[in-house]
Amino acid sequence: MKLKTLKELRKGWQLYALFLLPLLYIIIFKYVPMYGAQIAFKEFNVTKGITGSPWVGFGQFERFFRSHEFWRLLKNTLSISFYTLLASFPFPIALALGLNYVRNRRFKNTVQMVTYAPYFISLVVLVGLLLQFLDPRTGMINTVLGWTGLGPYHFMAKASWFQSIYVWSNVWQNTGFSCIIYLAALSGIDPALHEAAVMDGATKVQRMRHIDLPGIMPIAVILLILNTGQMMETGFEKILLMQNSLNLRSSEVIDTYVYKVGLVSQAMNFSYATAIGLFKSVIGFILLLVVNQTAKKLKQESLW
Amino acid sequence: MKPSIMKEAGADRWFTLLNYAVLSIILIVVLYPLIFVVSASFSSSTAVLSGRVWLWPVEPTLEGYRAVFKNAMVVKGFLNTMFYTVAGTGINLVFSVMAAYPLSRKDFRGRNGFMLLFVFTMMFSGGLIPSYLLVKDLGMIDTVWAMLLPAALSVWNVIIMRTYFQTTIPDELLEASQLDGCSDLRFLLRIVLPLSGPILAVIALFYAVGHWNQYFNAMIYLKRAELYPLQLVLRDILVQNEVNIDMLGDAKTAAARQGLRELLKYSLIVVTSFPLLVVYPFVQKFFVKGVMIGSLKG
Repeated sequence: MKLKTLKELRKGWQLYALFLLPLLYIIIFKYVPMYGAQIAFKEFNVTKGITGSPWVGFGQFERFFRSHEFWRLLKNTLSISFYTLLASFPFPIALALGLNYVRNRRFKNTVQMVTYAPYFISLVVLVGLLLQFLDPRTGMINTVLGWTGLGPYHFMAKASWFQSIYVWSNVWQNTGFSCIIYLAALSGIDPALHEAAVMDGATKVQRMRHIDLPGIMPIAVILLILNTGQMMETGFEKILLMQNSLNLRSSEVIDTYVYKVGLVSQAMNFSYATAIGLFKSVIGFILLLVVNQTAKKLKQESLW
Repeated sequence: MKPSIMKEAGADRWFTLLNYAVLSIILIVVLYPLIFVVSASFSSSTAVLSGRVWLWPVEPTLEGYRAVFKNAMVVKGFLNTMFYTVAGTGINLVFSVMAAYPLSRKDFRGRNGFMLLFVFTMMFSGGLIPSYLLVKDLGMIDTVWAMLLPAALSVWNVIIMRTYFQTTIPDELLEASQLDGCSDLRFLLRIVLPLSGPILAVIALFYAVGHWNQYFNAMIYLKRAELYPLQLVLRDILVQNEVNIDMLGDAKTAAARQGLRELLKYSLIVVTSFPLLVVYPFVQKFFVKGVMIGSLKG
């Protein structure tokens, strides 16, 4: 038995040789930082390094839970996630259902081509666009508001507007691309179902309601569950770009705070920032496990 | 019988009409901002500043583009981004194939363990600061390696690729080749990769888009301006509104400078986004396949 294993290993040595480099990459760039995350329980000192710094237990975490930032960060993170989840869920489905009933190929291709395009625009450009359109003096939105006598309005300086601007620009950017998966699911539906329904005199609305929608429901539920598992992950690179001192009240999330505490502020505090980041990672991980368990209970396909 | 058919045909007609109407609205909502930006970039600075551009260019000029290409930072950033994108995507593809192919083989011992090791990194991470410290300890801060190596592989793309290999390369093909004495490496290079054109194209596009649009890693890992990618230069101009006076060259008055400053932003957006938007329609037909495989579980 053992000999056989050895022989098999030798026969497959080229596969292991191939696999070596990616494996090293994963260990160095993914697992070493996990090991480094121990500084969350230490008072990190640059000269002493990660292993040499003294342990302080849960001190950094306690400090975070007691700080007045804690609830605000948690609230912003969760509310941006929920808002994004709810707003970006129905549109790709609706778009896919609609496109599925378009006979005119050129129109269909045009809509697809155009709605996918924003996905390729960089976050920097997207935020730049938002700033241009919403600019209180030269922006188009305010020019229009000016006609009605309502403007000018400084959207980016209002904390109450931040989350809506963030979420709806997300919807604008990603709806087209997200609908691809539903289109693929729709094309997998047995055409015989539609033929039978037409024979029975079903309208298109009825076919959509009773054939298409149940057809894509499983995938929709899986995606929804998947996204719920990502609750703690906000699009922080975009938030960081949209942030300014005036909208901070509703735009500061855990990730942006970690970045600022760890890498930007004068009194850089690696340990404290790592602790906050670790708190987020652990909650996110638990969420993912719970969500997958729920999915299994619902007899939906599990994630792994 | 007959009236009911008539009625249903009527309902369907309304549905189709409504469907086209809604889709047209969506089309306009997505397309309009894009058209506006392109039109504004070709308009005169006074027209942009006074908000006279609505659909087509007003008083067409190229002064915005002239200002863009006169700027050394933008040109340098463009070249840097080209390098990061080409080199980075190359590394990504090689690494992804090297990881995905062995993982797709049923006779690869320990593959479930390796798979778990890979997938776990998608669910849990050490976080921003430990990653930063690692890159710092490796001495990669302020070098091009910081832009290439920390993102050498995406586990998600490896899973997509692995699933593709598993579903499209029949086992019989491998067995037949092995009987002919073909080595694993040769089989991969001569048989598997030539059969995997579509997935390689999609994955390459995803990686390339990631590199092209990357700004955050550059922001935390790079200090020297001559290494800056385009997105970072762009961020200074578009988001921080830091426009170098030299860029506005011949604009004499404050008003003219203000106008050119706005115009420049539109031209810059077009120049930056153009390369990707040109490439993507060619790969678009493979999207469905790529995304669909990605949705199957690994």
